[in-house]
Order: sequence, then structure tokens, then C-alpha cells
Amino acid sequence: MKIQRIEVEQVARLARLALQDDELEALTEQMDQLLAYVEKLNELDTEGIIPTAHAVPMENAFRADEIKASIGTEKALSNAPQREESCFVVPKVIE
Amino acid sequence: MSFPPTSITQLHQQLRSGRLSAVEVTRHFLQRIEQTNPQVNAFITVCAEQALQAAAAADRQLATGEAPPLCGIPLAVKDIFNTEGLATSCGSRILHNYISPYDATAFARLKQQGAVLLGKLNMDEFAMGSSNENSASGPVHNPWDLQRVPGGSSGGSAAALAASQALATLGTDTGGSIRQPAAFCGVVGVKPTYGRVSRYGVIAYASSLDQVGPLANTVADAALLLGAIAGYDAADSTSVDCPVPDYLADLNAGVKGLKIGLPQEYFIEGLAPAVKQAVAAAIEVYRSLGAEIVEVSLPRTAYAIACYYLIATAEASSNLARYDGVRFGLREQQDGGLLQMYEQSRAAGFGAEVKRRIMLGTYALSSGYYDAYYLKAQKVRTLIREDFNRAFEQVDLLLTPVAPTTAFALGEKTDDPLHMYLSDIFTVPVNLAGTCALSLPCGRDGQLPVGLQLIGKPFAEAQLLQAAQAFESATDWHLQRAPLA
Repeated sequence: MKIQRIEVEQVARLARLALQDDELEALTEQMDQLLAYVEKLNELDTEGIIPTAHAVPMENAFRADEIKASIGTEKALSNAPQREESCFVVPKVIE
Repeated sequence: MSFPPTSITQLHQQLRSGRLSAVEVTRHFLQRIEQTNPQVNAFITVCAEQALQAAAAADRQLATGEAPPLCGIPLAVKDIFNTEGLATSCGSRILHNYISPYDATAFARLKQQGAVLLGKLNMDEFAMGSSNENSASGPVHNPWDLQRVPGGSSGGSAAALAASQALATLGTDTGGSIRQPAAFCGVVGVKPTYGRVSRYGVIAYASSLDQVGPLANTVADAALLLGAIAGYDAADSTSVDCPVPDYLADLNAGVKGLKIGLPQEYFIEGLAPAVKQAVAAAIEVYRSLGAEIVEVSLPRTAYAIACYYLIATAEASSNLARYDGVRFGLREQQDGGLLQMYEQSRAAGFGAEVKRRIMLGTYALSSGYYDAYYLKAQKVRTLIREDFNRAFEQVDLLLTPVAPTTAFALGEKTDDPLHMYLSDIFTVPVNLAGTCALSLPCGRDGQLPVGLQLIGKPFAEAQLLQAAQAFESATDWHLQRAPLA
């Protein structure tokens, strides 16, 4: 086994996913299968190979520090599940 | 000539001459959608009212005699593109109530020319899938055979064209999501070089692989659309600042003297006989047109799927962290506190395939596994890119099948994620290498279309399109229409 149910539960917590028992069960099996498959990569010697993060080589994209028009508060809040004045409302996090 | 014409260039002439109006053409397509969408399910949203308004505006523009080539052309975009004032679900329940507050750049560029948006197209949830069966809006049915998948993730973008519901569409391609559905539905689909088209306003799946591209009935239409959407955009720091050529200018240059490589790793056992046959016939067409055909090797091809599923899922797990019920989208159970709200909103909002990829990606990035999985995959990605670089030292283009099979049956692969992933074996390497490729119809497997893939050097879309045009001019596969069309 590449992965145990208890690790899958931990990954679900990291991913902020409240998964059902049957989902955890199925994922343990599927992730195990997928992780076994990607083992294949170890057949390749990658000693000294520089990792590719982007296919097209690029430097940091700087721009002038100038004020430009932005989307604006109303539009930014237009999809808010809950709002108050110009804020997103979330459950209380501090007692 | 049928009404309305099936190519943008033909329709543009008729609109300009006043023989047709944009409003009557738009009405025609809206009616087609109404008639056929219950069977095909290619559209998630139809915006009839806005479309007719845009068409009326296009007619006014056309009347001045100064109309750009896409003015009044009815098209539709994958539901992954933000379109101001319209719902954008990305095929997900978590965005079921999301209204775009702004336009994606690629769409804005079409709109600026006066193109008419008919609606938003079905897709695999967050562009994760190869069959369009992972959509919260239900599966799309292939217009060539309604019991079969249209391919994915841009299944709606390909099926809408094949069903004559739109004259052109936009899709996105992270591991084959434009090319594979284009092949399954018998249309032309282009995945441009990474950075060629702005991703601004396109909902992110795997940011180092995602690229926007056009789907169309003809190579010339695809070339026209690509020219319209390509180019640097300050709002996307990964868009590349290099000039956009006129893709139509030398489209008929032909392939005489062109060196086309056949990567031997793409002509494997397991290739469906009809696909093998159609691609072999296409090779003969190119030979007869004066191209030189040579064998090449992309030795790391067999590692592409494993490499892709680590990189794509890792990037997805990061990109999809934003769906937490705070600023937009579904919010569940906020009475139990913030953490529970996150976990419940995400659990209720995401489908099984999206959860699976977030989980795999989270695992691959987690402490203790990062080097073994994510970093390893990025190094293998370097090797895969080197394969392409070496091949392109010998040849101008590569020619391959798009997929090992033609459209498979709905439900055939849904129980086996790995089996489904392997259907992308010929398309995924191109995204890892970051170069450009396209799919065009090259044959039939009984009723079903077969797709031919051409892969070009980075930013050599013009040459890629010329080679595709040469094939299209010599064959009539692109003229054959689906029964439902």
C-alpha cells in the first residue's frame, strides 16, 4: 500500500474537505492506485536536472507602480454569500 | 450554399454584402440551440436577449461598411471564461450562483470586434476530465452518436460546433481539453503555445499548463479566431510579448519541402485500427503534397501522464483553495464556525473528480512528499521538453493521432480514473512542453470522426495552421457533418 486511510483523512483535513466515509474509502483505493502508477517516474534518472516550473522561460514581470482603475468595491462584493457595508461577513473567528 | 454558411469567412461576406443580417443569423442559431440542446446539452447558459442586442449592434456596425471580420458572428465560449453579467459555473455546483463581474481578455477581444455571444458551454467541472461526464450540469452527448461522449474537458465547445449550434467557440486546453473533444466531434481545435493567449479571467485549473484556444469548422476560421484572441495582455504576467502574425496571410503556403516527424512512441499497440488507418492515410496525403516524412523519437512519452497528473493536481489543489465560501460561490453551514464552513462548502460544492485531484495534489505538495512527487515531476517535465526540442532540431512539425480511440461510450470509463487519464496520452506531452498543436478531422471510424494532431514549434502557430490548411484543402473530412447538424 502506498497510502493508508489515516493519511487520506489527514490530507482531506489539509485540503479543507469534509469527506464522507464512503468517499474516504474510495479515495484510499484510488489514490493508492494513482500513486503506484506515478512511481513510474522513478525509472528516470533526474540527478542534476533543473525542474521546469513554466514551459516558457520567463523573468519576473514588473510593471510601473502607478495607480490604475480596479474592479471597485461593489463589483468585488457582488457575489458575496453575506456582506455588510463594504465587507465580506464570515463566521466569528475570535471569541 | 446552406443557410447560414458554416464558415466565418463566408458568413462575414454575406453580412457585409447585406444578404444576411446578424439578427436573422443569431435568431437561426438560437432556434438551433433550442431545438437540439435537450439532446446534446452543450449549453449551460443561453443568453438570447443579450445575443439579439449584440446582433442588432453588429448590424448597425456592418451598415457603416467598416466591420471587423468577427462582427455579427455568432459564437459561444466554455463556461470557464468570465463574461460580465452572465453566470459562469465552470461546470461546478460550487459556482452555481456566480455572476462574472468582468470579462476574460480572450472573450473581450472577440466582443470588441462585435462578435455575438450565444451562451456558455458545458464542460468537465473545473476543466478536469476527458469525457465531459464530470459536469454539475450533466454530460454532453456527441452529435455524431448521442450515446457517446464528446470528449473533454471542452466537450460543449466541440459538440456545439458539431451540432451547428454556433459558428465558433472558445475552449481551454490543459492536457488535451481542446484537441481531444475537437477530434471526437470532427472539428478543428487549436491549443496555442503557452503564453500566446491571455488567461486573464479564465478560471484556473493548472496555471503552468492551461491555455486558451479556438474551435471552429475550418482551419481558416480557427486561424482568424486565434489572430483575434492572441497577444500580450498586461493583466496576465505569463502572456508573452511577441508580435501576432496575420495567420491568414500565408495560410495557403502549402507543405512542399516541409519536414514532418512521426514520433514512433505515438504509433503504439492499443491504437484503434480505424485511427491507425486514418492517420496512415493522412501521412500519405502529406507525402503527396510534397512534405518529407521522417521518423523521430520522443523517448520520454511514456512518463507524460504520470508527470502531468502530479503537476496538474498540485497546481489545482492550490488554485482551488480559493473556493471556501467566503467571497463567492456556495456557502454551507456557517453556524459551526469558519473551519466547518470551509470544509462543508467545499465538500458540498465539488464533484468526485475535482475532490480526487485536489486530494492527490495536496498529497503531492505535502511536507515529506514534495521532493518525491512534485519536484520529481517537474524534473521529468524538463526531460519531456528536451525530447521535443531535440525532435524540432530535425523536423518542422510532428504528426500524431489525437487520441488512441474515437469517442467512447458514455459511462464506459467513469469507474476507472487511471483508464480515463490514459486517453490523454498523445495530448498531455504538448502541454508539458508548452508548445502549440492542433486537431483536425482526418477520417472516420464507422460513424465517428477521427482526429489528426499536428504539433508545432513554440510560437510557430502560423506554420502549424498552414500545414493543417494544406490537408484540409486536399480532403473533405471537414465538410462532413454530424447527423444532428
